[in-house]
Amino acid sequence: MKFPLSWLREHLETDATLDAIATTLSAIGIEVEGIEDKAAQLGSFRIARVIEAVQHPNADRLRQLRVDVGDGRELSVVCGAPNARTGMKGVLAVPGDFIPGTGITLKLGEIRGVKSEAMMLSSREMGLGDDHSGIVDLPEDAPLGESYVKWAGLDDPVIEIKVTPNRGDALSVRGIARDLAAAGLGTLKGWEVAPVAPAYPAPLQWKIADPRACTWVLGRAVRGVKNGPSPQWLQDRLVAIGLRPISALVDITNFFTFAVGRPLHVFDVAKVAGTELTMRMARPGEELLALNGKTYALTEEDGVIADADGAEALGGIIGGEHSGCDEGTTECFIECALFDPVRIALSGRRHDVRTDARSRFERGIDPALLPKALEAATRMIQELCGGEASEISEAGAEPAWQRQATLRFARVRDLGGLDLPEAEVVGRLERLGFTIAARDAAQVTVDVPSWRNDIAGPGALAQDPSLPADRARIAAEGCAEIEPECDLVEEVLRLGGLDAVPAVSLPVTSAVPRPALAPKQVRAALARRVLASRGMQDCVTYGFLDRATAALFGETPDGLHLENPIASDLDQMRPTPVASLAMAAARNAARGFGDVALGEIGGAYRDPAAGISQLAVAAGVRAGQTAANWAAPARPVDALDAKGDALAVVAALGVPMAAVMLTTDAPGFYHPGRSGVLRQGPKTVLATFGELHPLVVKALGLAGPVVAFEVFLDAIAEPKRRKKGLPDLPAFQPLRRDFAFIVDASVPAEQVLRAARNAEKTLVADVVLFDRYAGDKLPEGKISLAIQATLQPKERTLTDAEIEAVTGKIVAAVTKATGAVLRG
Amino acid sequence: MMTDDLAALRTEAEAALAGAADLRALDAVRVAVLGKSGSLSGLLKGLGAVPADQRKERGAALNRLKGEVEALLEARKTALEAEALTARLKAERLDVSLPPRPFAPGTAADGGIHPISRTIDELTAIFGSMGFRVVEGPDIEGDWYNFGALNIPDHHPARQDHDTFYMPGTDAAGQRLVLRTQTSPLQIRTMLGEPPPIRIIAPGRTYRADHDATHSPMFHQVEGLVIDRGITLGHLKGCLTDFLRAFFGISDLPVRFRSSYFPFTEPSMEVDIGWNRKTGELGGGGDWLEILGSGMVHPKVLANCGLDPREWQGFAFGMGIERITMLKHGMPDLRPFYESDLRWLRHWAADPLAPASLHEGI
Repeated sequence: MKFPLSWLREHLETDATLDAIATTLSAIGIEVEGIEDKAAQLGSFRIARVIEAVQHPNADRLRQLRVDVGDGRELSVVCGAPNARTGMKGVLAVPGDFIPGTGITLKLGEIRGVKSEAMMLSSREMGLGDDHSGIVDLPEDAPLGESYVKWAGLDDPVIEIKVTPNRGDALSVRGIARDLAAAGLGTLKGWEVAPVAPAYPAPLQWKIADPRACTWVLGRAVRGVKNGPSPQWLQDRLVAIGLRPISALVDITNFFTFAVGRPLHVFDVAKVAGTELTMRMARPGEELLALNGKTYALTEEDGVIADADGAEALGGIIGGEHSGCDEGTTECFIECALFDPVRIALSGRRHDVRTDARSRFERGIDPALLPKALEAATRMIQELCGGEASEISEAGAEPAWQRQATLRFARVRDLGGLDLPEAEVVGRLERLGFTIAARDAAQVTVDVPSWRNDIAGPGALAQDPSLPADRARIAAEGCAEIEPECDLVEEVLRLGGLDAVPAVSLPVTSAVPRPALAPKQVRAALARRVLASRGMQDCVTYGFLDRATAALFGETPDGLHLENPIASDLDQMRPTPVASLAMAAARNAARGFGDVALGEIGGAYRDPAAGISQLAVAAGVRAGQTAANWAAPARPVDALDAKGDALAVVAALGVPMAAVMLTTDAPGFYHPGRSGVLRQGPKTVLATFGELHPLVVKALGLAGPVVAFEVFLDAIAEPKRRKKGLPDLPAFQPLRRDFAFIVDASVPAEQVLRAARNAEKTLVADVVLFDRYAGDKLPEGKISLAIQATLQPKERTLTDAEIEAVTGKIVAAVTKATGAVLRG
Repeated sequence: MMTDDLAALRTEAEAALAGAADLRALDAVRVAVLGKSGSLSGLLKGLGAVPADQRKERGAALNRLKGEVEALLEARKTALEAEALTARLKAERLDVSLPPRPFAPGTAADGGIHPISRTIDELTAIFGSMGFRVVEGPDIEGDWYNFGALNIPDHHPARQDHDTFYMPGTDAAGQRLVLRTQTSPLQIRTMLGEPPPIRIIAPGRTYRADHDATHSPMFHQVEGLVIDRGITLGHLKGCLTDFLRAFFGISDLPVRFRSSYFPFTEPSMEVDIGWNRKTGELGGGGDWLEILGSGMVHPKVLANCGLDPREWQGFAFGMGIERITMLKHGMPDLRPFYESDLRWLRHWAADPLAPASLHEGI
C-alpha cells in the first residue's frame, strides 16, 4: 500500500522527519518497501527564464540560450529542444545535479565550441513522465529562482509499505497513524463525524437471506447527486497511491478504503431491479459481469449481493458492472457491510480476483466502524456531489467482537527476553487503543480494540488426530491460555523495536556437542565427497522434469504427475536423478562440453500411493571421453567407469566388498548387455550401473557413450559399530604366482577370480586380474585372462612342493569352474 | 718385508684397478687377483711349498698385501659408483613440464562440491556446534504438515503467497499431497516424533510455482527449531546473530531484527544484516538486507503437535540457502545453481577433501 506523507499528517500530529517515520514503521512491523521523494530527487532544480535564445553558430539543430537563474547569475546553455525560445520559463539543472531521467550527473560542458554551463530539462529528464518533445514550458507567472518541485506541488513524499496478513487495520492511513502514534512518533488526531439527518426513506432495503454471505450491512441512498470528476486534491491523492480516478462517487469509496480501511461500494439506485438488495449465496450457473470487465461463473460457495435480476456484486470483493455508478447517476446507494474473512479469502482465490476490498476484508476490518464510516461517506458525497441523504437501511446486527486478553508482566521477560517496567508495558498497550479492564501486581487484563481482530481472536487448532486425547486436550487448554498473552507480548515488544531485546547466546547443552548428523546423513555427505574426489562435479538439479523424458528412465505414475506444473517440461517427479544428470550432460554437450562427469545426491521419487515417495540416491553420469594425456590416450567412458564409481561409494559407506554380488538385470534405461546390478544378498539392490541404452542416448540428443550409476543410500545398512578386530600381520613373506587362462569370451571374469580365490582359502590371500587379451592370436570366441594370486603363508615358509600343490589347486579350480585352459 | 714378486703383484693390481673403467671391469680385476684362481690366491695356496723358516714371514706379507688390495678395490669401487651415479644423473632427464597423469578414472580430476551442498555442510557445522541435529523429510508432503499444523488454514492469505504445487492423491492419513513449499513441516514432524528439548535444523529442497530471474521453482531452505523451557526471544537473537557472524566470517556483522508476521510464530521477526548496497560488500555500508524470517513458535503450532504451550516454548527460523550462498560468495545469479553447467560448477565448487569444519575454519 502507498500513501503520501501529507495524507498521513491528516491523521497524525507529528514533527518527525520522513526518515524517522520510515525507520519506525520498519521497526514496529510495517515494512517500508520504498519511498518516492521527489523533493529529494529533484529538489535542486529551479525555475529559470530564457533571456535570449539564438541559433548555435556551429550546429543546425542546437540553440544557444542565455538563462536567468534568478539569483543574479546568467548562464550559457546549449539546448537541442525545438521549443526553446526567448522569454520562456523552464526548469534548470546546474553542474553537480543528478538527472534522474538520464541517470547521469550533470557536468560543465562545451558543445561544438560553445560553453554549456547548465541544462534546461524535459519532463522525461526529470523522471516525471514520457514527454521529451521539448523542455518544460512553465507559465509566465512561475516564480523565477523557486524550487520547481515545491512550486509544482511535487514535494509530497509517497511511502510504500507492505502490510503483513494479520494486520487488516494497518491497511489504512489512519491505522498507520495510530501505530506510529503508539510508537511515540506523535499524536493520533481525532476523527469526529456528525450524523447526517435523513431527508427521505431509503429507496432500497437490505435483506440477509444467508448469514454466510454477510452478517451485518448498512446502506443509505443520496439523491440529487451530480457525479462528475473528483476535485483535483482527491484525484491527486488517488494518483499518488497508484489508483486511477474514475468519478467522484467511485473515488469517494476508494478514498475510505485507504483512509480508514473501510471498503464501500455505491450502487446506482436507478439500475437496481426491485427495491431489495439481498445478501445470499450464489445460485448454480449464476454469473457476474464485474467492474473489471470480466465475467465470473459463481459457485454456491460465493456470497453475492443480488437484486431482483440476480447477482450485482461479489460481496466484499468486487462490484458488478450493471449496477455501478457512472456520470449519469443521480441517486446512489452506499453499501457498508461486514463479510466473513474466510469466505472472502476463498472466493477471492477461487476466482483469482485481487482487489483492495478483498485484501482488507480477508484480513478482517473494524466491525465497530460501520455506522461512522457510512456517515462520513454520506457527508463526503454531499460535499462533492451534492444531494440529500436517505434514512439508513440495515440488516443483521453488529457482531459481538468485544473480548479481553491478559498479560502476566513476567512474560515480557520470560517469552520476550526484555525487562520492561510494568508502567511502560501498560502504557504501550493503552497507546495502541487497549483499555485496562483489571490490573494487579502480576498481570493486566485489557479490552481489545475493535480494529485489532488479530489479537485474542478466535481460531481453531489443527491438532494431529493421532494424539492421545488427554495430551491433545491439555495442549489445547494451554494454547487458549497462552495465545492471547503472546499476542500482547508481541504488541508490547514491537512498539519499542526488537533491537531493545538483548541477544543471549543459546545455553550449552553438552560441553562437547554430539554429532549433528545421523549415520544415514553422514553416508550421504560421504558419498558426495567420494564422487567429487573421483572427478565428478556435484550437481543440484530439479526434482521434476518432463514426463516423456521421465518415462525413458522408469515409471511415470499419475501420483507423481504435478496437477499444476509451472511449465509442461517440469510436470513429473523424476524416477531417478540419472535422468536429470543425463539431461545436464546433454546441455553441456550443446555448449561444446561433451566430456563431463556429473554427480548428485538427491531424490528418486516413487508413487506416494505405494507408501514411500522418495528414495535417497547417489547418482552419476559420465559422458564422452576420458581426458587425453601424454601418458595415455583418451578413451570412451564405459560401464566399468560407472561400476567403479558405484563400488567406490558402496565401499566408502562400509559395505563389505566380499558381500557384494553382481547380477546383470539392470533397469531398462541401461544397455542390456553393458550394465549390471550390485546386490548385497539376493534381495537388497545396492546399486545399478551401466551404459545408457542407445535409444535413451538418442532421445536426449546425446552422442557417444554415456554411462551412469545410481547407489541406493537407504538400502545400505548402517555399519555395525563393532570394534575392529586386530590386523593379521603374518611374519612370512607372501609370494605371487601368475597364471594365464584361455576361456570362452562369454565367461565372466569374476568367475575365474572367484574360483582362484576359493581354491585354497588358507593360502590364497588375494587374486587380481592383470591382463585381458582378445585378438587374433587366440581362436575365435576365446579370450585370455591373466591373474596374479598372492599366497600368504601363516605358519612357516612354504616348500616348493607346497607351492606346487596350491598352484595346481588354483588351476584345477579355475578349469573346473569355467572350462578354462592354462595358457602354455 | 716384501719380496719382489709381491711388489710386482701389487703394482700390477694397482694398474689393473686404475684401468678398470666400470664396476664390471673392477669385478674382473677382483676375480683375477682375489678370485679362486686369482694371482694372490695362487700365492697363498703356494704357501705350503715355502720353506718353513720363511713361511711365517711370507704368510704375513701375503695377508698384508691381500688387505691392501681389498682396500684398493673398495676405494676404487666407491669411486666408480660415484662416477656411475653422476653419469646416470646426467643422462636421466624427464620433462617436468609435462602435466601430471590424471588419477581419476573419469574425464578429469576436477570434481567438486556444489555450493548449495557446501553451504548445507557449513550450516551443519555451525549449528551442530550449538547442539543442533539435522533432520530431513520428504519433498512430497501432506498439506497438514506443510500448512494446517503450522497455523496456515486453507483460507489464510499466506497460502496465496506460497504458489503451491499440488500432487494428485492423498497420503495414508488422507492428507492432500503437495510439494513442500517450505522446510517448516520438519518442525511438525520433529515435535510429533520426539519429546522436547529439541534443537534441530532441517535443510532441504522446497518448491514453489514461481520462475523468474530471482525465483526458481525448486530451491532450498533451512529450517531451525528450538523447543525447551525458558527459551526466550533473546536466545533467538543470540543464536541467529552467532550463526550469521560465523557463517559470513564477520565477527561484528551488524544484525537487525524487525517485527513481522508469520502464521507459525509469535512474536515474529525478519532479520536483516548490514551491507553496502552499492558494492554488495557485507558488514559495513549502512544499508540493510533482509536475510531470514524467524519468531517464537506460535502456541497453536505447539498445541497442534500435542505440546502444552504453558510448559514449552521456543523459536523457529527459516532461511533461503541459495540466498545466503550467493551473498557469501558474491554470486550474482540464481539460475545457474540448477543448470549443471560444467564451467560454472568448476568455478564455484568446493574441495571435497576440505569438508566444512569449525576447527579448520568455515
